[in-house]
Amino acid sequence: MEASIVVSVLTRALVAGTPLLLGTLGEVLAERSGVLNLGVEGMMAMGAVTGFIVTYTTGSPWAGLAAAILGGALLAAVHAFVSVTLKANQVVSGLALTMLGLGVSSLAGKPYIGRPLASKMSSLAIPGLSRIPALGEILFSQDVFFYLAILLGVLLWFLLSRTRWGIEIRSVGENPAAAETQGINVSKVRYLCTVIGGALAGLAGAHLSLAYSKSWTEGITGGRGWIVIALTIFALWRPLRAFAGAFLFGGIFVLQYLLQPLGISPSVLSMMPYAATLLVLVLAGLRGDRRKLSAPATLGDPYIRGER
Amino acid sequence: MRLRLRTERRQDVTPRHTILVIAGSLAAGFVVVGVVFVASGANPFYALARIFAGSFGSVYGLKETVTKAIPLILIGSGLALAFRARFWNIGAEGQLLLGAMFGGWVGLTLGPRMPGYVVVPLMFAAGFVGGAVWGMIPALFKIRLGVNEVISTLMLNYIAAEFLKTLIVGPWKGKTQQGFPYTDDLPESATFWLFPASRIHVATLTIAVVAAVLLFLIIYRTKFGYELRVIGENREAARYAGIDFLRCTVVMMAISGGMAGLAGVGEVGGIHHHLTYPQAISSGYGFTAIIVAWLAKVNPLATVLSGFFFAGLLVGGDAIQISLGLPAATVNVFNGILLAFLIMGDYFLRNRVRISVGRGPWKHR
Repeated sequence: MEASIVVSVLTRALVAGTPLLLGTLGEVLAERSGVLNLGVEGMMAMGAVTGFIVTYTTGSPWAGLAAAILGGALLAAVHAFVSVTLKANQVVSGLALTMLGLGVSSLAGKPYIGRPLASKMSSLAIPGLSRIPALGEILFSQDVFFYLAILLGVLLWFLLSRTRWGIEIRSVGENPAAAETQGINVSKVRYLCTVIGGALAGLAGAHLSLAYSKSWTEGITGGRGWIVIALTIFALWRPLRAFAGAFLFGGIFVLQYLLQPLGISPSVLSMMPYAATLLVLVLAGLRGDRRKLSAPATLGDPYIRGER
Repeated sequence: MRLRLRTERRQDVTPRHTILVIAGSLAAGFVVVGVVFVASGANPFYALARIFAGSFGSVYGLKETVTKAIPLILIGSGLALAFRARFWNIGAEGQLLLGAMFGGWVGLTLGPRMPGYVVVPLMFAAGFVGGAVWGMIPALFKIRLGVNEVISTLMLNYIAAEFLKTLIVGPWKGKTQQGFPYTDDLPESATFWLFPASRIHVATLTIAVVAAVLLFLIIYRTKFGYELRVIGENREAARYAGIDFLRCTVVMMAISGGMAGLAGVGEVGGIHHHLTYPQAISSGYGFTAIIVAWLAKVNPLATVLSGFFFAGLLVGGDAIQISLGLPAATVNVFNGILLAFLIMGDYFLRNRVRISVGRGPWKHR
């Protein structure tokens, strides 16, 4: 294979992995606080559509980016209310969120289908570093979302493992009753983590409509929200491990296009990310003990004071 | 004077209270649906009236509603069984497609050689097996390897859909379909009898209602059903009682998936008469059935009613799409909102909420 092809494949794998990374980071944060949010697919779609509409009407991709963050966060707030305040079943609430997000986004996005974006989120070459042969093109000439995702990933790692806030978030996920006796407001922490997680999912959606496909189509998320939930498990709820998972899956998305000329049926190729997700979960299952130890102890359980 | 909100846990939940809470949740949900209509520029009262007139208000509408209730009852009662055991089967869509493929294949190959009374039961049997196999995979993965069933069942949906697409553009592509990606049409003997002047395939409807009754009896009258309920309500207790998780979960998911498979056979043999695009065969029945099961309080018998109700919403949704020019996804918005309100309602089922006007501890005068 020629070097230029390798460079282009790696570059595209990072592009395709960016929304997966953003989404996974958000889900890691929410799940670490004990809230299982299965609505990522819906929140991503919300972010994609709000980002696109605002960018299209204002002409500013930055305004679109802000709107996408808000869109994802708002939808996540619904989940936080239902699962933290009303202590409802988080699995079903997440499914409702997915239906809601997918539905509202196609309703709102209907007039914008097929419209090209005049002002795109252009890629940003980092001065100096982007001149490095090969690496410069792969790592330092990406779009803003990529840098944001890397930055946020490191930030989340630092937050969770090196700060007091991180300890509080983790203790709320592991043992909310003990956390409360330490004076931590369990509901507040869970609300914040869920909403910020939703904001990240919204950002991931904006990447799809503003940078990746640069247009709005129904079903733009294509199951990425569910892959994100699998990646969260695969990453053992750790931000730095999320990098590896997200970019590996970015590579699988690119591989689909790479293998097309070989005459493999396109349906078999589009099956690949989903089959790989299943495979990854099975592999994660084979090292079951580690996964059990890593999963937040109260993941998915509402906290009811005075009950164990 | 200040308003005070007091909540306490309810000890007893009466059926009357349950029905009131469900009705209240649906009513609140419809108010929000109305807001969505206003936001999309439609008169909410007109739109809601059209939905119910379109589905329950005419003979044609009623017949369509019954037609769409068939898959919803089949899948919904199967999901009720799974949800009882707190196994989140989100893969009914894929299980339905497997049933459609298995049943369709039997109809295509045996149909030309055998009479209907042999072929049709074989199609249903094959479809059940297809759905059951697709349901047992995530059950095995979960019990043996701890694989999250929400993700595995969902991924199997995508895989089943892509697999069907591969078949209809490739090896199974019909020679008589002028290049369309369909299989050949099923022979006469493999297509189901329809109630006159309707699309109601009576055989599948009968199976759906009988199966809902059977599943109800299984849950409440058999040892297996009891074990499933214990698994769902208290995992630890189930473990101590020595309940065989693997056997229970795999059998339960074989039934749950098999029910969705039957729905797939019904859609192919009763409606389409050939295999076609996945989204044409199912149009999201597997997901709508989740709400059907939840509305029925995961009681298979009650899914007959809730399935009929949601079928009405689907038919009415189609009607207003045409008359108000709303996109197809509108129905998704309904579903999401109604499901969200139904689970919010659970809070009022479990807790007594009292609003009282009185003097608070801080006297603001």
